[in-house]
Amino acid sequence: MTFTFLMQNLINALQWGSFYALIAMGYSMVYSILMLFNFAHGDIFMVGAYIGLGVSLGLLSLFGTGAAAILPGWVLLVLTILISMFLTAFVGIIVERVGYRPLREAPRASAAITGLMIGIMLETGNILFLGGQRFKFPQLHQFIAHTKWGMAMRAMAYDYVVVPLVGVPMNTIAAMTFAIGSALAAAAGILFGLAYPVLDPYMGVSFGWKAFVAAILGGRGSIMGACLAGFMLGFIEIMTVPAIQIMNRLFSLNIGSNLRDLIAYSIVLVILVFRPHGLFGQAYSSKLRL
Amino acid sequence: MLLNVENLRVSYGKIKALHGVSFNIDAGEIVTIIGANGAGKSTTLRAVSRMVPVESGSAMTCMGKDLLKFPPEKVVSELGITHVPEGRRLFGNLTVMENLQLATFARKDLDNVKKDIRRVFQIFPRLEERKSQASGTMSGGEQQMLAVGRAFMSGRRLMLLDEPSMGLSPLLMMNVFQALKEINRQEGTAILLVEQNARLALKFSQKGYVLENGNLVLEGDSDTLINDPQVKKAYLGG
Ligand SMILES: Nc1ncnc2c1ncn2[C@@H]1O[C@H](COP(=O)(O)OP(=O)(O)O)[C@@H](O)[C@H]1O
Ligand SMILES: [Mg+2]
Repeated sequence: MTFTFLMQNLINALQWGSFYALIAMGYSMVYSILMLFNFAHGDIFMVGAYIGLGVSLGLLSLFGTGAAAILPGWVLLVLTILISMFLTAFVGIIVERVGYRPLREAPRASAAITGLMIGIMLETGNILFLGGQRFKFPQLHQFIAHTKWGMAMRAMAYDYVVVPLVGVPMNTIAAMTFAIGSALAAAAGILFGLAYPVLDPYMGVSFGWKAFVAAILGGRGSIMGACLAGFMLGFIEIMTVPAIQIMNRLFSLNIGSNLRDLIAYSIVLVILVFRPHGLFGQAYSSKLRL
Repeated sequence: MLLNVENLRVSYGKIKALHGVSFNIDAGEIVTIIGANGAGKSTTLRAVSRMVPVESGSAMTCMGKDLLKFPPEKVVSELGITHVPEGRRLFGNLTVMENLQLATFARKDLDNVKKDIRRVFQIFPRLEERKSQASGTMSGGEQQMLAVGRAFMSGRRLMLLDEPSMGLSPLLMMNVFQALKEINRQEGTAILLVEQNARLALKFSQKGYVLENGNLVLEGDSDTLINDPQVKKAYLGG
């Protein structure tokens, strides 16, 4: 059990956690404002990663690599992230417009199923067409707390029916919410692509579900909570393996590290038993009809 | 004529709420619709603010423009018709100030916004004292003041008021109605007031309509209606 081994795990945990955190924040943001879990969100993460790949390849061919490079690597990375977030935001807007807006008055279950279907479409669409520095989170908080757009989003979270009555275009706010959530997922997708350069069309599924767990663990609708819970989940998941190894050595046990997820999510379950509304969740909902 | 409504029909699924209602409002006028619980008063206001769909054959115009062509947020931001809904429906998680600011979302005249907020605080000094408080934690009277203030910030050609007296003490009620009169006089804002408290509504308004089971059965000057034997018997307690 060396120091570097622990450090490495810690770094992995942070990195893994940052993926979950970014995806979970998008989940949570859309949920807090539209009272809707966008189950296609994990696949938007996947789309973001692919778009990121495409954009970075495009930029590299434009500006060259190695000795012939016109721009330094970090500028390319920043450009890749920004452009991909922008493009993925549009994917989010389309998902909202096509998949969710027509169903805003429909039962929540229909919207959830639509989300799953959109997710599957994004996965198969990917197969059809392709054959097969962390985002500054406090800025998001500032945005939601202090701009008129953020104010409108919070108002929408409280009582969306009344929002148009004060002259605020509800559909624009909903689209904006999806755009930001999707842009966050894109950032996560690119960070993932940098660390694990193998992308596959189903990468969003397991990440999506785990980020969903993080969003619930953080407290439904709490963006801050989702971020923290994302990191926590990454930490628990990654650190379970060295913990198992230490236990095995200390007590001469033989627990397989393939039990990682079982142990990690049992811990999550126990936390939820004691805090059913999640770490930062609120128990109330103020939804009323006009 | 500011607002003209002809043959307004609204249904909620199979339930027919309005069976062809016609009325009109002049610029700067105060008009009331009185009626019992369930008569369709709130539905009438929701139709004007485009919060419920209307059936074909219904026609509504505001200053000659077809109201049915405007989505709800543009009814507010472009036509200046605001709706203070039943039960106030403030954004309880936003502060008093934020509720007022949010209502200016679509406004481009940012210089006037500050002036208008000062104006709201002048009309309702209580709101200024509470400006950083979450609006959900205020008393009913204060919430009604804020609901009126919020509408004032988003437009002031016509204000639709749904039972503003509900749940208020007589003193606060006086307060709110005096403020409404002041807004009407100084800004020229027309008012469509819907009330179960018929005496209050008829005293406050110039013209009145009586709504029964989705039909307008009587209309006239409020002074005349308040002395009408039928109205007295049904709505003013004899
Ligand atoms: N959201 C709704 N869904 C179904 N029916 C409704 C709804 N709102 C009102 N109604 C019905 O429409 C009729 C008129 O209601 P409303 O306009 O609220 O009356 P008022 O404001 O005069 O009390 C009533 O029969 C009421 O039950
Ligand atoms: Mg009513």
